[in-house]
Amino acid sequence: MSTTTMRYREAIRSAIDEEMVRDKNVFLMGEEVGHYQGAYKVSEGLLEKFGENRVIDTPIAECGFAGIGIGAAMTGLRPVIEFMTWNFSAVAFDQILNNAAKMRQMSGGQFNVPIVFRGPNASARQVGSQHSHAMEHFYAHIPGLKVVAPATPADAKGLLKTAIRDNNPVIFLESETLYTFKGEVPDEPDYTVPFGKGRVAREGKDCTIISWSRLLQVSLQAAETLAADGIDVEVIDLRSLRPLDEDLLIASIEKTHRAVVAYEGWPYGGVGAEIVDRLQRLAFDELDAPVLRVCNLDVPMPYNAALEQQVIPQANRIIDAVRQVSYRQ
Amino acid sequence: MTTVSSYQEPEAQGAERRPDDVMADDVIRVMAPDGTVIDDIGIDDETAVALYQAMLRTRIVDDRAVTLQRQGRIGFHIGSLGEEASIIGSAFALRDQDWIFPCYREFGAALLRGLSMQTYMDNLYGNANDIVKGRQMPDHWCDREHRIASVSSPIGTQITNAVGFAWAAALKNDPLAVLVYFGDGATSSNEFHNGLNFAGVNATPTVFLCRNNGWAISVPTDKQTASESFAAKGVAYGVPAVRVDGNDVFAVLKVTRDALTRASAGEGPTLIEAITYRLSGHSTSDDPTRYRPEGEAEAWEQRDPLLRMRRYLAERVNWGDAEQASAEQAIHHEVKAAIEVSENTPKPALETLFEGVYAEMPWHLREQQAELLAGTRAPGHGE
Ligand SMILES: Cc1ncc(C[n+]2csc(CCOP(=O)(O)OP(=O)(O)O)c2C)c(N)n1
Ligand SMILES: [Mg+2]
Repeated sequence: MSTTTMRYREAIRSAIDEEMVRDKNVFLMGEEVGHYQGAYKVSEGLLEKFGENRVIDTPIAECGFAGIGIGAAMTGLRPVIEFMTWNFSAVAFDQILNNAAKMRQMSGGQFNVPIVFRGPNASARQVGSQHSHAMEHFYAHIPGLKVVAPATPADAKGLLKTAIRDNNPVIFLESETLYTFKGEVPDEPDYTVPFGKGRVAREGKDCTIISWSRLLQVSLQAAETLAADGIDVEVIDLRSLRPLDEDLLIASIEKTHRAVVAYEGWPYGGVGAEIVDRLQRLAFDELDAPVLRVCNLDVPMPYNAALEQQVIPQANRIIDAVRQVSYRQ
Repeated sequence: MTTVSSYQEPEAQGAERRPDDVMADDVIRVMAPDGTVIDDIGIDDETAVALYQAMLRTRIVDDRAVTLQRQGRIGFHIGSLGEEASIIGSAFALRDQDWIFPCYREFGAALLRGLSMQTYMDNLYGNANDIVKGRQMPDHWCDREHRIASVSSPIGTQITNAVGFAWAAALKNDPLAVLVYFGDGATSSNEFHNGLNFAGVNATPTVFLCRNNGWAISVPTDKQTASESFAAKGVAYGVPAVRVDGNDVFAVLKVTRDALTRASAGEGPTLIEAITYRLSGHSTSDDPTRYRPEGEAEAWEQRDPLLRMRRYLAERVNWGDAEQASAEQAIHHEVKAAIEVSENTPKPALETLFEGVYAEMPWHLREQQAELLAGTRAPGHGE
């Protein structure tokens, strides 16, 4: 299978581009996606290629264009709605919760909402308490939504293509700090990555680190350091947060008997707590230690660089947690 | 030091009426762009000089902040280059008891109301003395002592907060009004519509000040609305609205005063559309040359609110190069001293991370605090 080296942002762009070519029902809408080429240049060149009917600049009204996208999706179009960042989806939350997620169910199955909401999520280096939210924990809570969070360019492309073709509303979470991250992406035009399938990003036998999005990269660094210390860590990239790849998680725990979940977001509830619940329920007899979570401190994100780094999980905190579950302080 | 030039009417920018056509007939103006007064509203020379000094202070601080960001000494700045008259004129009109709900470009109004240069600078640095304790981005401050609420990043959300604040004050017979700032882009937000509607129905003492600066990052006003003006949006909500030349500090002062008079007489809210122009990028993260039509900024430079006031002051009080130089020097001195202190102030203490999340610190945060102080420290980026 031939591949091309791409940045994460280019992989997302090529998925949108290819799907827009493949299906005339697909369109892109959001703040500054057209003439400005996207706040983070994800949509560069798309307006020129597809024109103003398919790459649509909106006024600053997230609730408005989320709702407009849902309405368009009810006619069978396949909107890709960009939030400048996921933080601003908060003002569109009602549309996502009450109309995107429930339209099929509450209409007795008369309507589909095949829509993708996408944009950068979680911390982005010093953007303070209102701009740094990890929103997966809110959205993954909602039945009717699918939630994915790729950590590599290949998965960004493959998962986005799957998202656009899916007949359900999909929450697609990118990362500003990953946009320039490079990786090999398959050239095959029908390359997709299925939902609900994680992957083993690094094989190991002593402990499993479960992660996604940017923290996957941090977890891999932690695994390197731990390897030098004689702890052989397996790192799982979840990719898909809902549906969740239970089988992969259980298989790994059966091998390592220990797990740490590393992610951005607050400790109370959320995707991390969901994973811990499943592991203790489904693999209780396999576990040799309580499963630990490494996530943000339970405070709004500070702006100050030094303080921000304390709040976000770092490799050293992941390493400490792995040592703790391995009883090797 | 800049030397004042005589005014030249810029060439018309296209025939179409845009929402920011500042020369339209219904736009209130007190002082023409060449500095001559059209309508004497009785501003004495001392007040005129104070207005000018406040605008000059705003501009010089802005300029220094951009440089600090370019030098990597602060992370971010969002300024008000070209919009000083809209901000200073309106804030100047306030009475002591009145409140400001800012957007994010109004540091000039905060300095005018008494926020110290040092406190502002500490906010840009996010250091231990930052009034918001290093929690928000630079230019996201809050100054209760001077009756200024917190800057809030999500566009438009301060508008309903301001209406609620004004409404509650009126219920309590507190004789204050609230001035809320927002941009042209924010008129697309839910909050703008909800705020105007509630204020109209309940006659709250709110002054809505829309800084129409022509742009919302890269989105021009004609992509934000199909209305002929932003003021027109007041009509539907029964809120009286005016358009004012936002680069005419006297005119902005006058319309804000009128709005405050109405508010304190129990006559309810006013929507002011101040037509001005964002001469800089959106913030230090943006390059406006990528989307701004050629010649547009240059045309608005001709209407620079500071130059207009200098032309006026030259006529009225003989404000010349010497006065200008000494005024600039005094401000530069003040700014430089503040920067020095801010730069030598340490970062906020680690334990402050956990403060203020709740009124009383819950046990689990105390536990996290103790753990953090005892445990390994993360490497900070840039340090
Ligand atoms: C809800 C929300 N969506 C998007 C943004 C990103 N954003 C920050 S400023 C801005 C433009 C605002 O334009 P305008 O209201 O005209 O104010 P100006 O910056 O011109 O003063 C946008 C889109 C945001 N802060 N909040
Ligand atoms: Mg604007």
